[in-house]
Amino acid sequence: MPVISVLKECCKSCQLCVPVCKQGVLAVGAETNAKGYNAVVPQEGKKCVGCRACVTICPEAALELEV
Amino acid sequence: MMAAGYKRPESLQKRITGYCPGCMHGQVNKLIAELLDEFGLREKTIGVLPIGCGTLSMMNFNFDLVIATHGRAPAVATGVKRSAPDRFVFTYQGDGDLAAIGLSEIMHCANRGENVTVIFVNNSIYGMTGGQLAPTTLVGQKSTTTVQGRNPKEVGYPMKMCELISQLQAPRYVVRRALDSVPNVIQAKQALKKAFQNQLDGKGFSFVELLSNCPTNWGLSQSESLEWMRANTMKYFPIGDFRNEEAAL
Ligand SMILES: Cc1ncc(C[n+]2csc(CCOP(=O)(O)OP(=O)(O)O)c2C)c(N)n1
Ligand code: SF4
Ligand code: SF4
Repeated sequence: MPVISVLKECCKSCQLCVPVCKQGVLAVGAETNAKGYNAVVPQEGKKCVGCRACVTICPEAALELEV
Repeated sequence: MMAAGYKRPESLQKRITGYCPGCMHGQVNKLIAELLDEFGLREKTIGVLPIGCGTLSMMNFNFDLVIATHGRAPAVATGVKRSAPDRFVFTYQGDGDLAAIGLSEIMHCANRGENVTVIFVNNSIYGMTGGQLAPTTLVGQKSTTTVQGRNPKEVGYPMKMCELISQLQAPRYVVRRALDSVPNVIQAKQALKKAFQNQLDGKGFSFVELLSNCPTNWGLSQSESLEWMRANTMKYFPIGDFRNEEAAL
């Protein structure tokens, strides 16, 4: 099953990945990273289908996809 | 068929960028880095950076770089490529850098048909210096030096660089793409790939304009800035191929 992971320290919480994921996998997290940004967090119970939309739009290369 | 996975490219440092959140300069850095990894060019590349927010990519890229004085990247790239033809050489330039102070350098580099790749990030404003009018600012678009919006009677119309450069005979590949959406980012990467391949094949000058955003100086949220691009920038600057020799054959 495809799995999305977030390079937390590279995420700027621009949130462009949130609406492009039709599976609702990504949401802004409660914790801040070292630069003070609320990095996005993959949501429990949501199913990634490995479509690559989020890794494509992310301008920070802060998302990684394992298939 | 299952799509491939994704890993942050080795041609990027593993640290946060200096760009504002949601700025597509990060996207351009990412696409260049992905392609250098895919072509195995990281150790052979010399990137020529501009003055502007693109200068910040010196902290992001993980390969050799030169920072040119404002607008002079095409002249510096000419010197680098001619003295080290086995290197892969690209310039990375904003619209103030390329279309204002560096207009002469880009036109002559293109006219000489130098075997380099020019990546032109057009966000229709001077980002780094706080949002002044650029040659590419749209009619009616507000900037700190045109607070009522660009008035062509005072400062003329936005300059279309692909259209100008494609009037010259030597350039091999002159295209415009946009970074507003997932499908357009995929198209942008394909155009960059073709431009990189042209240089590797010794074909001469390639120019890829990428329509981008500046949420900070446009005064918009990240997602609003992409919508604004679709409603405004992409209407005046059509995406397309202005010179593509293979396609014409
Ligand atoms: C010779 C010189 N003139 C002016 C400047 C001030 N300056 C720095 S960046 C810049 C414009 C940058 O705009 P652009 O090329 O559109 O890049 P962006 O920051 O929007 O990516 C200017 C005018 C300078 N650094 N050097
Ligand atoms: S790869 Fe597709 S389905 Fe998976 S998290 Fe990203 S956008 Fe959502
Ligand atoms: S000022 Fe504009 S161009 Fe510069 S990093 Fe911020 S959003 Fe990007």
